[in-house]
Amino acid sequence: MPDTLLFAMEAALNGLTAGVMYALVALGFVLIFKASGIFNFAQGVMALFAALTLVGFQSGQIPFSHLINAILGTRLHHFGWNMPTLLAIPATVAVMILLAIVIERFVLKHLVNQEPIILFMATIGLAYLLEGFGDIMWGAEVKALDVGLPKGMSDTVDELTFNWFGYGFFIDRLELWAAGIAAVLVASLTIFSQYTKQGRALRAVADDHQAALSVGISLRYIWVLTWSIAGIVALVAGIMWGSKSGVQFSLSLIALKALPVLILGGFTSIPGAIVGGLIIGVGEKLFDFFMNPIIGGATENWFAYMLALVFLLFRPQGLFGEKIIERV
Amino acid sequence: MLYREAGDFKTSYVADSQTFPIRFDRYGYYFILGFAFLVMPLIINDYWANSIVVPFLIYAIAALGLNILIGYCGQLSLGTGGFMAVGAYASYKLMTAFPDFNIVFVIITAGLITAAVGVLFGLPSLRIKGFYLAVATLAAQFFLIWLFTRTAWFYNYSPTGMISAPTREVFGVPVTGPRASAVSMYMICLCFLVVTAWLARNLTRGTIGRQWMAIRDMDIAAEIIGVNPLMAKLTAFAASSFLVGISGALLFTVYLGAAEAGEAFGIDKSFLVLFMVIIGGLGSIFGAFAGAFFLIVGPVLLKLLLVNGLGWPTDLAAHLEIMIIGALILVFLILEPHGIAALWRTIKEKLRLWPFPY
Repeated sequence: MPDTLLFAMEAALNGLTAGVMYALVALGFVLIFKASGIFNFAQGVMALFAALTLVGFQSGQIPFSHLINAILGTRLHHFGWNMPTLLAIPATVAVMILLAIVIERFVLKHLVNQEPIILFMATIGLAYLLEGFGDIMWGAEVKALDVGLPKGMSDTVDELTFNWFGYGFFIDRLELWAAGIAAVLVASLTIFSQYTKQGRALRAVADDHQAALSVGISLRYIWVLTWSIAGIVALVAGIMWGSKSGVQFSLSLIALKALPVLILGGFTSIPGAIVGGLIIGVGEKLFDFFMNPIIGGATENWFAYMLALVFLLFRPQGLFGEKIIERV
Repeated sequence: MLYREAGDFKTSYVADSQTFPIRFDRYGYYFILGFAFLVMPLIINDYWANSIVVPFLIYAIAALGLNILIGYCGQLSLGTGGFMAVGAYASYKLMTAFPDFNIVFVIITAGLITAAVGVLFGLPSLRIKGFYLAVATLAAQFFLIWLFTRTAWFYNYSPTGMISAPTREVFGVPVTGPRASAVSMYMICLCFLVVTAWLARNLTRGTIGRQWMAIRDMDIAAEIIGVNPLMAKLTAFAASSFLVGISGALLFTVYLGAAEAGEAFGIDKSFLVLFMVIIGGLGSIFGAFAGAFFLIVGPVLLKLLLVNGLGWPTDLAAHLEIMIIGALILVFLILEPHGIAALWRTIKEKLRLWPFPY
């Protein structure tokens, strides 16, 4: 088999695993959009905030220590203990749920019945607020996140592909784990929304707010629920991206990467988010692989958007989105 | 007491449809214009020009441009930073390729080039709208910045990848480059702002502005009553990008002097201008000014207070600033979705009846 083809296959495989990571972020968007019609720009910052909180809990940082030091002139930084990961993750989940309650109570409640565009801009404001808040609470320096997931080259894949093709593929074990965890997450979300009472209520709200209200579903409860779930998805995405490249500001930019994924898959479809993520991941890596010698590198910055843009011209509602019907 | 329309009789349609129908408003406007052109050049110094006045004038132009697109035509754009970069790089290429070409025309031509690019990226708006369009404009943002950092022709193959503005003169006074004084920088930005504001105001209250607003309020209904959506949307993109391009060109040539696409025109610029438009008030010329003023002066004041006043470390102050801006956006959207402009309108309504409200 020619080498180029093998390299391309390796790039595509890496793209698949990267795509899973995009899909994880996109999933959070889709959940909130389906349940409340809000396009949540803050999803990426939520992932950053969740990862920051997790690291903070793990290493026993004192929240707001910089602020306290600046005001009182003290030199606080750590409690001096390390919280085990198994305890830190539930604690972070609790923080994300608290965050969802606060957001619903102070922001969403007051914006009921506003135009979607106003809500969208509110989430941009929320993203800024949360970004500044996270930095003040935990400090802005780059932190390493280790929750015990394996890292480095996967020997199994390497051996397997070496036996098949005579060339070992390089796949990060972390990304294989991410794919597995994403699969579990999607499966449990699907089961939740299909077979539990709350899940059905969630789908009812997504279908029609007013009809859901009229049969006695509490909109506010459902919103808190959705934002909590989105917070947990953000935590998972934050853990994955954080262990891969450290917890830092650029983590919040993955939200921007998730946008073309949503465009491809459609804003309202969970399978769409997965398929869209995979297409973007593979497309991006392959485009960079083939075009790098011709037009230079770093095409990842825009390729996904351009793909989405071209795609939109032919299918404005995305791959799996509902057909847009307009009436006057 | 002074703020009355009683006794101010209008005898023609022209008088009735003027921008400032109340005499007091009109005089206030003349006073501000006179102050800006006659008094400010005498009292301005380098610190005020560089920290507040010149950035305010430049961002006010960008906010006017974005307000046309979002506030009047209802097309959400997140590509402002990219379009500002087009203006900056176009002006750079024109300045270096034609050294004798007057800087004023260079900036206007840069605006026209940006308008053409804006129309190109506005084309998808005919098929897609809302969030989908916002993502499409994000494509413009990332693609344009990538193009300018990767293609050496745009920065004349300079080894650093930076573009820097050579000295250019208007009536013998240098306005760009290191020799430009605070007064000349201020005056050229002010002239551009006054002209573009006049242009924006008259575009938005004429036929074309009404078409934009019809498209914004309900595009299908607008199409049925005979508004051509193709023309309306593309002209909105062109007019908006023209102003944004001028602002980008001014930002680079007059204010920054040297720039690098990713640094100076990143996505944060898009959001900054978007916030100006939201806080100032969607669909209002005054709002663009108010929003730009608020978001330029606010951080400077906050920094003065926290860093110089309380002695906090700068990074902490910067984080608090981000947080406060985010919180302000939320507060404005919840309490007054139409921004400072609507607040101002309410104050004026109250003033008319003051001090004897019925």
